[in-house]
Amino acid sequence: MPVTQYVLLSALLFCIGIYGVLARRNGVLVLMSIELMLNAVNINLVAFSARLNDVAGQVFALFVIAIAAAEVGVGLAIVLLIYRNRVGVNLDEIDLMKG
Amino acid sequence: MPVTLAAETAQNVSFWIIAAVMVTAAIGVVTMKNIVHAALALVVVLAGVAAQYILLQAEFLGIVQVLIYIGAVIVLFLFGIMLTRAPMRRSAEYDNDQRPLAGAVALLIFGVLAYLLTDEFGGDKLHLVQPTQTSAIADSIFRSYVVAFEAVSMLLLAALIGAIVLARRD
Repeated sequence: MPVTQYVLLSALLFCIGIYGVLARRNGVLVLMSIELMLNAVNINLVAFSARLNDVAGQVFALFVIAIAAAEVGVGLAIVLLIYRNRVGVNLDEIDLMKG
Repeated sequence: MPVTLAAETAQNVSFWIIAAVMVTAAIGVVTMKNIVHAALALVVVLAGVAAQYILLQAEFLGIVQVLIYIGAVIVLFLFGIMLTRAPMRRSAEYDNDQRPLAGAVALLIFGVLAYLLTDEFGGDKLHLVQPTQTSAIADSIFRSYVVAFEAVSMLLLAALIGAIVLARRD
C-alpha cells in the first residue's frame, strides 16, 4: 500500500478541521473541530510508524491522545465558565479583551 | 510471512471505503445545523480512525482510540452540549459569516499540503508484515520515553485540577 493515501487522508481531515475552527461560532463545535485535527495528526504518526517499522510513532500517538483528552476537559470547563458568566457560548460575542 | 496480493488488495479496498465514510462524516461535523448530529458524526470519524489504525496493524492504538475517544471524549462533548443549553433542534446560528473565507483557507492549505506530500512521499510503500506487539509499545514507553510519560501524567493531573477549579461554583 502506498503511504501517500494515508498522508493525504490525514491532510484532508486536518483541513476540514481548520474549516470548522474558522467557520463555527459555537465553542463546543470549535472544540470538536480541534479533535478532528488532532486525529488527523495521529493517523500521520501511525502511518509513518508502519512505514519506518518503528514503534516510536505509535508511542507519540498515545501521548497525543492523552493530551487531547486533557485539552477537551479543560476546554469544556472554560466553555462552561463562559456560558455561566455571559449566558451564551458564541465565540464572536466574546470580545472582553478587545481594545 | 510475505503479504499476498489478495490481502493487499483487500487492505486497499477497505482503506478507500473507510476513508470515504470518514471524510463524509468529517464534513458533516463542520457543516451540520444540529449540534447533536454533529457530535454523532464525530463518532463516525473517530471510529473510522480506529479502523485505520487496525488496518495499519496498530491494534493497541485502535482499542485505545475506541475507549478514550468514543467512550470518554464524546460523552464529555454531549455533556458540554447539554450543560450549555444549546438548542437541540436545527439552528442556523452555529456558523459565522466568514464561511467562504474559511473554505478558501482550508482548500489552500490542503492544496499546498497535498502537493508537498505527494512530491516527497509519492513512491513510498508500506510493508505491513505483522501486527505491532503491545509489549513493544510498553517497552518503548518505559525505556526511551519514560520522562515524557511522567510529564504527561503530571499534565493530566494539572488538567484535572484545572478543570475542577474552572467549573466549580463558588
